[in-house]
Amino acid sequence: MTRAERRWDGLLFVAPFLLLYLLILIYPLLRGVWLSLHSVDLFGDGRFVGLANYARLAADPVFGQSLVNTFLITLMIVPVLTVIALALALALNRATRSAAILRGVFFSSAVLSVTIVTLIWRFVLAPDAGLLGELWTAFGWEPLPFLSAPNLVLPALAITTIWWSLGFPMLLFLAGLQQIPQDMYEAAALDRASKWTTFRRVTLPSLRRTTILVIMLQTAAQLQIFGQSQLLTAGGPSGASRTAVLFLFETAFGRWELGYASAAAEILFLIILAVTLTQYWLTGRAREGEDGR
Amino acid sequence: MPGLELRNIRKAFKGTEVLAGVELAVAPREFIAFLGPSGSGKSTLLRIVAGLETADEGEVVLDDRRIDTLPPGDRGVAMVFQHYALYPHMTVRENMAFGLKNARVPRGEIDALVSDAAKVLEIEELLDRKPGQMSGGQRQRVAIGRAIVKKPRLFLLDEPLSNLDAALRLRTRVELAQLRQRVDAGVIMVTHDQAEAMTLADRIVVFNDRRIQQVAPPMEIYSRPANSFVARFVGSPAMTILPARLDGGGDFARVVLGNDARVDTRVPRNGLPQGETVEIGMRPESVRVCGLGEGTTDAEVQLVERLGERSLVYARLRDGAAITAEDEGTTSAKVGDQVGLRIDGAAAHLFGPDGTGYHRQAA
Repeated sequence: MTRAERRWDGLLFVAPFLLLYLLILIYPLLRGVWLSLHSVDLFGDGRFVGLANYARLAADPVFGQSLVNTFLITLMIVPVLTVIALALALALNRATRSAAILRGVFFSSAVLSVTIVTLIWRFVLAPDAGLLGELWTAFGWEPLPFLSAPNLVLPALAITTIWWSLGFPMLLFLAGLQQIPQDMYEAAALDRASKWTTFRRVTLPSLRRTTILVIMLQTAAQLQIFGQSQLLTAGGPSGASRTAVLFLFETAFGRWELGYASAAAEILFLIILAVTLTQYWLTGRAREGEDGR
Repeated sequence: MPGLELRNIRKAFKGTEVLAGVELAVAPREFIAFLGPSGSGKSTLLRIVAGLETADEGEVVLDDRRIDTLPPGDRGVAMVFQHYALYPHMTVRENMAFGLKNARVPRGEIDALVSDAAKVLEIEELLDRKPGQMSGGQRQRVAIGRAIVKKPRLFLLDEPLSNLDAALRLRTRVELAQLRQRVDAGVIMVTHDQAEAMTLADRIVVFNDRRIQQVAPPMEIYSRPANSFVARFVGSPAMTILPARLDGGGDFARVVLGNDARVDTRVPRNGLPQGETVEIGMRPESVRVCGLGEGTTDAEVQLVERLGERSLVYARLRDGAAITAEDEGTTSAKVGDQVGLRIDGAAAHLFGPDGTGYHRQAA
């Protein structure tokens, strides 16, 4: 077999993946960059405008507001979600029947589509007939207008999202917990470590990689939050819950400004890339020697 | 009574009994080896002493204080785990200091204890490393160091050498023996390696089938095994044990093997059980290869193992019974040869129908 032939053989094996990858990832990515430099609607080729779309974005208060909203809601969701998922995993990391059932229960919300989730939470959050409204009334308080008060709408979306997204991080933490060898806990017991010390000095450091993974995945996911905001509030009231992706959606498919929307998408892409890389750099700086015992 | 006392320890896992009423007394500063096959309950007993398992019944008493009701950290014991169980994200120094910090030992004292232990174990230059950056042998030392700094009254070692390669195991064995002289505490070591048990222990506790089979100094375990299990388990290659028949003799028992060969033992006849069915046990070194017809019996060579200074000859008697004999390193025996075997009756052991061992009178 000659060298050239061998190379062809190898290429054949990766070709299906490579083709799909080029077609549905690389091409749209480049196409997006190209679009962002043009003024385009859904019909026709559009015309080259250089960086005009980006300049317009920089001055667009609606886009600015949507970015701020996105950051705020990500900040509300990620830390709380991480802590709750870890707490659940710790509580359910045992081989009992009830723990197995509860693991299923807590994971079940993750299999729902965003449409169902927002439908459920509309019932919970609606001030006049919703579950929380009833609860508030039962206590003799005025029901809170979660979805129509500008300062409550982002927390309401965050709670909805946390409830929906809990399952997968919990599963990751459970997997991480099961990787910790039992004898380390036995050594800690012989070292007179209290429960809290054991958690802080043995469990938590052992879950470091898992925690970083959860935070990075969730950050990247929540910066793209869309369905909840579109379906629960349509970005309202008066843009208080408009997220970056919702802005993209409205611009592209409401106002048909594909070039402008693409420019916004590129900005969001760069922001997510920067945030993730920063997190990776901050937490992932090679701390050698922690793999062995 | 100072030292460790185990009183009627019973333990079952999900209905399967693993320890059936174990009694044992360990003197202060004594080195005890728990020896036995896998599943014989030796590790479980060690973990009960450490407090990592609870006994279903019985008491653990250390220096007149009942400790089986205390949490592991308050028992005055330290353990070295089979897989070391070092904390991977802590440096060696932090690993060793962790237990002391939790016990609220003053900082200066911790530093002194850690650097003393590091000096003794020659791991001073490793103190700022993490376990992942060290070899198995180094981790082993750190694990021992972590136990030493606690100044326990009893060390518990769970197969401490089983993860080391052969050369390192031998060296660490020597070091363990030296270390043992320096610490003022008892040691219990679980092992399934009889060479470790023989070389290190003051007394060996042989486990099998949920029970202690024998507690004795190594040479006594070897030369006066309490029963046929101990006889077979200790010694390499294993003792040959053959069915035999008691046949007269004077003060000492004379037995006849299956092929009619006679062996005059030095086992007193009057201590033996009723009946004439017994088993005779012979270590390879008390069965020597000689010329055909010159020995106690003849046999056919099945396999020869040359070990250098001596050779082991695995042979079959006329009735098919397998027997292991020893010969010079320069043996000329070959597979298929007919040879004579000279059995040293004075070194032979007898076992009753229930397995109990009977031996020549102690000198």
